[in-house]
Amino acid sequence: MAEMSVELVAVERRLWSGTGSFVVAQTTEGEIGIMPGHEPMLGQLVDGGVVTVTTSDGDHMSAAVQGGFLSVTRDTVSVLAESAELAGEIDVEAARRALEDEDEDERARASARLRVAGQTD
Amino acid sequence: MAAQLRELRARIKSTKSVGKITKAMELIATSRISKAQARVEAARPYSEEITNVLQALATASTNLDNPLLVERDHPKRAAVLVVTSDKGLCGGYNSNVLRTAEELVSLLQEQGKEPVLYVIGVKGLNYFRFRDRKVTDSWTGFSDQPHYHNAAEAGEALVDSFLAGADDDEHGAGPDGIPGVDEIHVVYTEFRSMLTQTPVAKRVAPLEIEYAGEGDSESSAPSLLPSYDFEPSAETLLGALLPKYIYTRIFAALLESAASELAARRTAMKAASDNANELVDTLTREANQARQAQITQEISEIVGGANALATAGSEE
Repeated sequence: MAEMSVELVAVERRLWSGTGSFVVAQTTEGEIGIMPGHEPMLGQLVDGGVVTVTTSDGDHMSAAVQGGFLSVTRDTVSVLAESAELAGEIDVEAARRALEDEDEDERARASARLRVAGQTD
Repeated sequence: MAAQLRELRARIKSTKSVGKITKAMELIATSRISKAQARVEAARPYSEEITNVLQALATASTNLDNPLLVERDHPKRAAVLVVTSDKGLCGGYNSNVLRTAEELVSLLQEQGKEPVLYVIGVKGLNYFRFRDRKVTDSWTGFSDQPHYHNAAEAGEALVDSFLAGADDDEHGAGPDGIPGVDEIHVVYTEFRSMLTQTPVAKRVAPLEIEYAGEGDSESSAPSLLPSYDFEPSAETLLGALLPKYIYTRIFAALLESAASELAARRTAMKAASDNANELVDTLTREANQARQAQITQEISEIVGGANALATAGSEE
């Protein structure tokens, strides 16, 4: 199966890097799925979006991404984010509480985090 | 004599406890430096990636007339962001960065631009307040452990002000009524090594566009200049990316400054601990001398008294 190298980079650290066979993300224009050999593109990701990577071993890895960009070149996909959290790192309780937040952006982020953590109602 | 001895002992005690404090601060700073350096390293992949993306974007998009890229014709006001620490006890760290800031300010004034001050860190804020200088905005409380949202907050204020300055004319604020700035400079301390930290002043906006040279074999390779697809359009993307790029630059400056602050503190505290130890040695020696002198005097007084009594007794 064809592979591409995938990088998930947040401002303060590199979240994940490895090889994958499929990446799903939501740009401001709509949902996009990227497979190896995709044409080069740059996209702005929506706030409170979820990026899911199917790794080469067939595992799924997802992350909640805020303020991100997606860059696809010939054989690499990089997701740049102001902040991002992997599914395993999400504090579900805190995200639940944030769902009640006054700020709409905050609520959108919280719901993205819950979706990533697999805790959607 | 006894008074002098007591005084010396009190000084030795206080010097010792000051030494303990400085030693502790030195150890804390040392343990935090490596963490701060690791954070500088950890932030690198993002800034490299965003630079790559911007390069691709700049190569591909046809008109680069984003306000953040265009040099203003008559720059009149220039924002200066000064990054200092919240706490002192770090040697010349703050005074060095403030000196560089002052140099930049006077340079800008020579060029006929009005400097607008933005300050990060309590020390810098106090410095300008004490001198009655106007500080437009300031952020404090995170100098030794900055986070990205701190940088983004400061960056947002700067970029907003910069964009507000786009329509300013000869007589101050333009149609929008907000006097903005035409340039953004950042003064921070670069971490060279544990022993060397250099204050630097850099301009972050308008950004300078560097065109990839002909001789650059890598960039001229056809595989690395793919025709990109943009979602949304290249111009919108550029507009969204450039501020983020500036925040990243500010964040990098904050991280470097944090590492420098800790390194400067470590050096200063090491010198202070060494001096305290030396002072304790000298004072102990003096105290011993005083004690000996006191004993000698007491003995001679007793002997003198006994002799006097003996003489008085023999005369009777």
